[in-house]
Amino acid sequence: MPETNLKTVLDILKDDETGVLTDWIEQADEDGAKRSDLFSEREERDQAASLLRAFRSGVRDGYRDGDFDLEDDYWADLRGILAEITYERVERGVLPSEMASFVLSLKVTMFERLKERLKEEPDRLVNEILLVTKAIDAFAIYTTEVFIREREQVIERQRDEMLELSTPVVELWDKVLTLPLIGTLDSLRAQEVMENLLEAIVAKQAEVVIVDITGVKTVDTQVAQHLLRTAAAVRLMGAQCIVSGISPKIAQTMVQLGVDVGEVKTRSSIRNALTDALTAVGVAILPIERLDRVTAK
Amino acid sequence: MNAASIYSVEGILLVSIRADIADSDIIDLQDVLSQRIADTGARGVVIDIAELDIVDTFVGRVLAQVTSISKLLDAETYVVGMRPAVAMTLVELGMYLPGNRTALTLSHALARMREDGLTDDSAG
Amino acid sequence: MILKGGRRIALLDLVTDRDVAIARRRVGDAMAKRGCRELMQTRFVTAVSEIARNAIVHGGGGRLAIYEFPGNRKIGIECIDEGPGIADVEQAMTDGFSTRDSLGRGLGGAKRLSHEFEIETHGETGTIVRMTGLQNTR
Repeated sequence: MPETNLKTVLDILKDDETGVLTDWIEQADEDGAKRSDLFSEREERDQAASLLRAFRSGVRDGYRDGDFDLEDDYWADLRGILAEITYERVERGVLPSEMASFVLSLKVTMFERLKERLKEEPDRLVNEILLVTKAIDAFAIYTTEVFIREREQVIERQRDEMLELSTPVVELWDKVLTLPLIGTLDSLRAQEVMENLLEAIVAKQAEVVIVDITGVKTVDTQVAQHLLRTAAAVRLMGAQCIVSGISPKIAQTMVQLGVDVGEVKTRSSIRNALTDALTAVGVAILPIERLDRVTAK
Repeated sequence: MNAASIYSVEGILLVSIRADIADSDIIDLQDVLSQRIADTGARGVVIDIAELDIVDTFVGRVLAQVTSISKLLDAETYVVGMRPAVAMTLVELGMYLPGNRTALTLSHALARMREDGLTDDSAG
Repeated sequence: MILKGGRRIALLDLVTDRDVAIARRRVGDAMAKRGCRELMQTRFVTAVSEIARNAIVHGGGGRLAIYEFPGNRKIGIECIDEGPGIADVEQAMTDGFSTRDSLGRGLGGAKRLSHEFEIETHGETGTIVRMTGLQNTR
């Protein structure tokens, strides 16, 4: 079994675990990585201790030929613990730079001890310092990567929420709803849109629904199918569906595609659709002038 | 038959179907309902399915049949109270129930039947 | 086998049309108890209703087993009958096809409403349908 290139580092971690731990935490405080407002000293010490133990087993098993790769199996434990601590701290509001500098503080502690033990062997000293630097730098980069990944997940969640927001069901008048569709309509989104709309029909006791597709870029067979199904479901619920915003270009495409809208009412503009919808619920929009004449009668 | 009840309001027959109705109950209902339409001379039928957990192809087919039978006996049929999840499932099954009239609730259906002169009051 | 990794939590006899109603309720309850969304439950229970009725009407009765899965992401059923089997599965899956007294959307509809679907039919020895339904859209 080949020896580790970091023999002295391993010895230090073995002989003086508590000493290294204490010095590291002190050093981290000095470097400004301490956030006693966000986590307790007890927690910090426990986290640092588990990192040190994983570091030691990684050095023992993985650092044999000088090729260091944090992705190796030997470092699986350390990666796990680093990720866990990073999640926990980030969640509490620790900055990624603070997390990285906490990890980097271990370097100073290790350098001091290496200098003492390898006074007589400058070549080995330089060698081990180089290797330990490489390793600890990689740990720090890793915590930043974990942090970024966590952020990406947050962004993805927000994107999903935006998607939901981008299909609002609006109450135009008593018993009249409108759903302005924007962008593209894939199957998953179509299902969500339909569900939102049907639930709004129940909640608002709506009798007419205007699905406006002015903002839909292209209507292919699939989108047309979704629209027809939505209209069918609206009718099954007991409300009337009007599809508005069908441009001449979209009308031509639909005919070319052989889409038969059947009994679904279609209107070119939302304005026409609104007139129809209001008539259906017994309301009319009149100029005030004419309204005066009507009421005067 | 205890899986559904039929009431008469303003000359309209109101049918409310209970949640765990079995196929044979629905067939019975179709029989009883046809007879009641003929006996009472009702011009309208409202089938409330708000309590039904699901409408599968069998129930969908019976609903369509009841509508056709009613039409032959000169009565309009409304299906009311369909839940959103049921409507979406039916559409996926390709069952659009084109012959049925639909309304949100019983009172919506009754209001429209009054407008159309199908209730006793409006007729008399 | 789409039910791999699942654990059987119920076994029901399918003899009369009343048993179809019981199967619907049992599958619905099992899903609701595991935090299913209403839409997903309605879809899958509808599919189960079609399959269970098929087993009685075309298969002369059978049995339906309900399966749960770790993490409760989905629920599964296996429906076995000992009827004459289905001569042409592909044709039977097409909307509009029916051998007896139904609109013939049953089998194809059940496939569309389920998450995973598989059917085995062996000439004279009956039909096995396995399906799973998701508890949530994502």
